[in-house]
This record gives sequence, structure tokens and C-alpha cells, in this order.
Amino acid sequence: MTIRKTLGTAVRALRRNITRSALTVLGIVIGIAAVIAMMEIGKGSSGSISRTIASMGANNLLIFPGTASTGGVSFGGGSSLTLTAEDCDAILRECSAIAAAAPLVRARPQIVYQDKNWVPTFVYGSTPAYLTVRDWSQLADGDIFTDADVRNASRVCVVGQTLVRELFGGQNPVGKEIRVKNVAFTVVGVLTPKGANAFGMDQDDILLAPWTTIKYRVSGSSTASSTTASTATTSSNSADSTFPGAKAVFPAQSSTQSADAPMPVRFANVDQVIMSATAGDQIRPAIREVTALLRERHRLQPGEPDDFSIRDMTESANALASTTNMMTNLLLAVALISLVVGGVGIMNIMLVSVTERTREIGLRMAVGARSRDILRQFLTEATLLCLIGGLLGLALGRGAALMVQKFLRWPIESSVEAIIASIVVSAAVGIVFGFYPAWKASRLDPIEALRYE
Amino acid sequence: MNDTLVKLNDIRRTFRVGEISVHVLRGISLTIERGAYVALTGSSGSGKTTLMNLLGCLDRPTSGEYWLDGVEVSRMSSDARAMIRNRKIGFVFQNFNLLPRTTALEQVMMPLAYTNTGLSERDAKARAIDLLKMVGLGERMDHRPSQLSGGQQQRVAIARALINQPPVLFADEPTGNLDSRTTAEILEMFDRLNRAEGITIILVTHDPTVAGHARRNIRLRDGMIESDTVREGPPPPLQSHSAPAAHAESQVA
Ligand SMILES: Nc1ncnc2c1ncn2[C@@H]1O[C@H](COP(=O)(O)OP(=O)(O)OP(=O)(O)O)[C@@H](O)[C@H]1O
Ligand SMILES: [Mg+2]
Repeated sequence: MTIRKTLGTAVRALRRNITRSALTVLGIVIGIAAVIAMMEIGKGSSGSISRTIASMGANNLLIFPGTASTGGVSFGGGSSLTLTAEDCDAILRECSAIAAAAPLVRARPQIVYQDKNWVPTFVYGSTPAYLTVRDWSQLADGDIFTDADVRNASRVCVVGQTLVRELFGGQNPVGKEIRVKNVAFTVVGVLTPKGANAFGMDQDDILLAPWTTIKYRVSGSSTASSTTASTATTSSNSADSTFPGAKAVFPAQSSTQSADAPMPVRFANVDQVIMSATAGDQIRPAIREVTALLRERHRLQPGEPDDFSIRDMTESANALASTTNMMTNLLLAVALISLVVGGVGIMNIMLVSVTERTREIGLRMAVGARSRDILRQFLTEATLLCLIGGLLGLALGRGAALMVQKFLRWPIESSVEAIIASIVVSAAVGIVFGFYPAWKASRLDPIEALRYE
Repeated sequence: MNDTLVKLNDIRRTFRVGEISVHVLRGISLTIERGAYVALTGSSGSGKTTLMNLLGCLDRPTSGEYWLDGVEVSRMSSDARAMIRNRKIGFVFQNFNLLPRTTALEQVMMPLAYTNTGLSERDAKARAIDLLKMVGLGERMDHRPSQLSGGQQQRVAIARALINQPPVLFADEPTGNLDSRTTAEILEMFDRLNRAEGITIILVTHDPTVAGHARRNIRLRDGMIESDTVREGPPPPLQSHSAPAAHAESQVA
């Protein structure tokens, strides 16, 4: 029996009972539709997550001062005072897997421009390298401050798009003067928009200034914080007097200083160091190199715990992505279960169909059908049914995904693999669940079958 | 024309029902020539259907030999017998056995699905149309069984049986479900097929007038041949043998 004849016979048989065929296939339609919709929505979500991760800075690493602690602990500035800007310089100098590194000092001051005020999510003190690390070097307007500004603790800053909107009413802020906790800053540049990060925080709600300025003029000018333990190591409120001229901001610890302070203190501790590895697969080597270097610089004895901790940015983002993946897989499992249920439905109806068509089977055998022809016919019917169901399900699933995109504004992403897989799966369901009924049909005795009432 | 088409040699068929063996056919030997027209009669339960199933290669004898068209078929595999059924045998049933919701044309073409010849779709269709015209259903090709009378349904079944041009037609009580008028129609068709096409016809019947159309009458009794008579002389005119005669005459003439 040729394939064309088999297909023709199967199509005719299915058409003879169109309503039942349609009902039979419903389970497969729903199953495949669910699988396709889940795949497209799941893929859309993980796609948008990975784009968000990329916007947060691919290959980025963060060093926090303080002994590595389990997740969930907040790393407030000054919780530990072991990380310095010099560490940052040394890392850049000596670690080959690190492409760029920038120290980070955080604050949360109020910003005032004319009659408006605003508290940005991020007020960061850093170096121009910060934008290199974050892959954010292209500015929308103006320029980034310079390394000289960092050395001089100049009162200059660049601002993110949200600040432009909230504080300047959309006007170009370059050259304008704002007050950060009563310190006057000149805006020298505007950052390009970056969007929300993986945690939903607005990355454009940022003010970036030289870290020296933030540390000594903004954080340091607060009398309240100057009396806390956290500022004990930052010896001066006045950066000008500490670092006159263009001299390096942090002179090596002088013998006098060592003598004055019984405990060796590191000057100019920073809240974080943010770095980028040269490539994604260099993150692990980079962590090893930096750990070794910092342990040496911090004179940690073997066995002593690190007084810093390194995290790569992707770690938490990955956790987010894996949660999404888990949800997708869970829903996919449910969808697959519904496919199996659909398959059982197919088997059920095919068994009924075989019983009902016993006489037909007997007749076909009487006019020359071999048992394998009968097996093939019923298997073809089941597979064809499932394939048609699969295609309908495909259309329905795509439609559902598009609706979700249109009305719920969820990201979706169509996937060729999912489409191919669903076709293959539906055919497989037809073969697997159609086999038993078809086998039963093929084993009928023609005489008995012809006599069947 | 007088060569042997069917040869049975001491055919026995025993069914096992639980612990007991039921000897249904108890040693049947006969020879049927090509072009013969044979009626198989006998009381109910005498084994006619059992014998027809064996002749039609649907069943195998418990013992004995069966040559069909010069080939011993009783020991063949079921696939080989399926092929024999497809190519060498036409079957007509008492209850027609048409596929539901299927047009007459598709019914007639159905056995070709299992025929391994290079017959093109168009040739197959042409052949089926010719056959339907021959059985007088040229106008009913797109009709489904529910739209056909019993006699018309049986004619579709006859056309289907002939699609592979088999040398022999087996019919188990082909007119058992038909009234006398349609019986006459079907018998006329059998007569014509036998005379004009030279097709060997072997039919089972309880009706003496139907049996009267055949030139040879084999009577079974308890699984054995009770009598085997050949009618001499030319076959009788159709009308006189259809009962009730007057009614049949007016319809068939
Ligand atoms: N599969 C079977 N199993 C057991 N016994 C059977 C089987 N088929 C037929 N028989 C028995 O064989 C005997 C003959 O049956 P068969 O159908 O051949 O009779 P028949 O001559 O065709 O009768 P009728 O004229 O009523 O159709 C019956 O007694 C029947 O019970
Ligand atoms: Mg019978």
C-alpha cells in the first residue's frame, strides 16, 4: 500500500466522522497550544531578562569590603573599611583578566536645582572608568569628568536621564549648577538612557561625580557621619587641605601616620569596587586573581577569611533568570501533561473507533488488506489526527501568546525549535497512543470481524 | 475453458469450543472448473459458510489441500492469502458490507488500495466507473449506502468484488436480504457475468430458484457432500426461475 493511498484512506476515514475527529483532536490542540504559548512567553521573559542583565553590565564584578557574608545582607557604605581606591588601581595594574575597574562611593543626598529637589536612587562617586566598566561611555550630551577632576575632588557631575526629566524639566542641564547636600556641583554631561535593571530599579536615576568629591565634600561634610565610627578612617573633612594640587589623592601611608595610629589604617576606603572582566569566560579567573591580589595587599594570613567579597553581577541576575526558567519549565510540564491527557483521549477514541469499525476492518481484510495495512491505516489516522491537532494547536498557541503580548504587554519570542518540537511531539503522541488501537485492529480475525454486529 | 480452478482434497475443519471439538467439515473433496456456476445448498448449520470462508482464503482448513488456480493456498502465510483474496477472489456478502458514508465510486475502488499494481488513479477510477455502469449504477456513483436500495447496495458490492478482475466470485447468500424482485436483478447479473465474462461463480443459497440458476448444485449435509448434481441442457431463461415469477417478469423483462 503506497503512502499516498494510505493517506487518502486515512483522510477519507477521518472525514467520514468529522465531528468525532474534531473532538478527538481537541486534547492535542489544547496541549500543543499550551506548550507553544508557554515556550513563547517563557522565552520572551528570559530574553528580556538577559537583555536587562546585559544593560546592567555584562562581565561585571563587584568587590565589597567586609567578610564574605551570605546573601541578603546589605552592604551599606562603611560597614567595613578594608577596600581602598589603591586596591582598585592595583587590580587594574596587576590582574590580567580585568579590563577596567572603578572605585565606588555611595551616598543618598538630596539634589536641588532652582526650586526643584530630588533624591536619586543612585548617587555614585567614582572615576571615569566607571562608565567603561558599565559599557556606558557614550554620553548623550557633554563630557564625563576627568581623572584630574577625581584627583582634585572637583565639584562636577554627570546626570542620568531621569534627573534631566525630574530636575531640569527635560532641558539640557549641561553647564547648570545644582546643589548636592548644599555643595554646588556643575553638570558637565548627560548619560544615555539605560532603562531598568533586573531588579526593576531605574538605572537612569543616577548622579555620577568624582568619588573624592562625594566622599569628602558630600558624605564628609555631614557632621553627623563624621562622628560615627565609619568615618574614623577618613581623617579629614577637607579634601583641599589633604590633597593639595594635582598630587595623588592618597599618598602612601607615611611613617608619621603609621606612628600616630597604632592600628594600621587604610586611607580612603571606598564602598565598592566595580570591575569588568575581559570576557565572559574570564570572570572566574578574574575572581581568582583579584582574591589573591587583595589577600596579599591586605596582608591576610593563610586560613584567615577574606576581608572582602567578590560577586559577579550575573550571579543575582542568573538567580532571577533561573526562577523564570523554573516557572517556564513548570508550566511546560503542565502543558506536556495536558498533551499526554490529549494522547490518552486519542487512544480512547481510536479504540472506540476500532470497535465500531470492526466490520469495515473485516471487509478490508477480506478484499486483501494485510494486518500490516490495517495497522498502518489506523496508525496513519491517529498520527494525521494528531498532526492536524498539532498545527491547530500551534496556531492557537501563537494566537494566545500574541494576545498576551498585546493585552498584558508581556514580552514573547517565537521559537522555531518549539514549533518543530511541537509538530514532532504531536506526531509522536499520535504514533504512541495510536499504536495500541491500531495493533488491536490489525489482530482482528477477518471472519469474526465480518460477523461482528 | 475446462481447466480446474478450484480443487479441494479431503478438507476438514474442526473448531475447538472449550473442551469439545466441533467437526464442521468432515472430508470434502471437489473440483470446480473455470467458468462454472455452482450453487452450494444444505440445511442451516451444514457448514456452507465455513466452506465458503475456506474457499475464499479467509480461513484455513484443519487438514486437507486446497488448490486455487493451480496454487496450494491452505498453507500460505496470512499475508500471501491476503494477496490471493485481493487479486484472485471476489467476495459478495449477504449483508453487502459497504462502508458507511462512502460513495459508491469509493466503495468500488477500495480494494485497489491493497493492490500493488502500477494502476494510475485515473485508470482505477475509469475501471470503477465502467464496473458501476455495468451493474447499472452509472447514475448513482456519488450515492452513499444510505441513499441506495438493498439491491443497489448489493450491486455496488458486486462491482467492488470485480474491481481486480478476479477469476472467481464467492457469494454467501447474496440474495438472503433481498426481496424477490431485487433477487431477480442480482441473479440476472450473476448469469451475465458467468456467461459473458466467464467468471466462475460459487454461491450459497437456501432458495431453490436461486440454486436453479446454477448449472451445478452441491448439497452439504453435516459437513459432507450429500449430493453433487450437474444440470444438463441450456440454462433456463431467467424470468421463469424468479419467484414469484409473475412479479419478477414484469420487473426484469
Ligand atoms: N468459529 C466457530 N466456532 C465453533 N463453531 C463454529 C464456528 N463457526 C461455525 N461453527 C459451527 O459450524 C456449524 C456450521 O456453521 P456454518 O456457519 O458453516 O453453517 P451454514 O451452513 O452456513 O448455516 P446457515 O445456512 O445457517 O448460514 C454450525 O454448527 C456452527 O455452530
Ligand atoms: Mg451461512
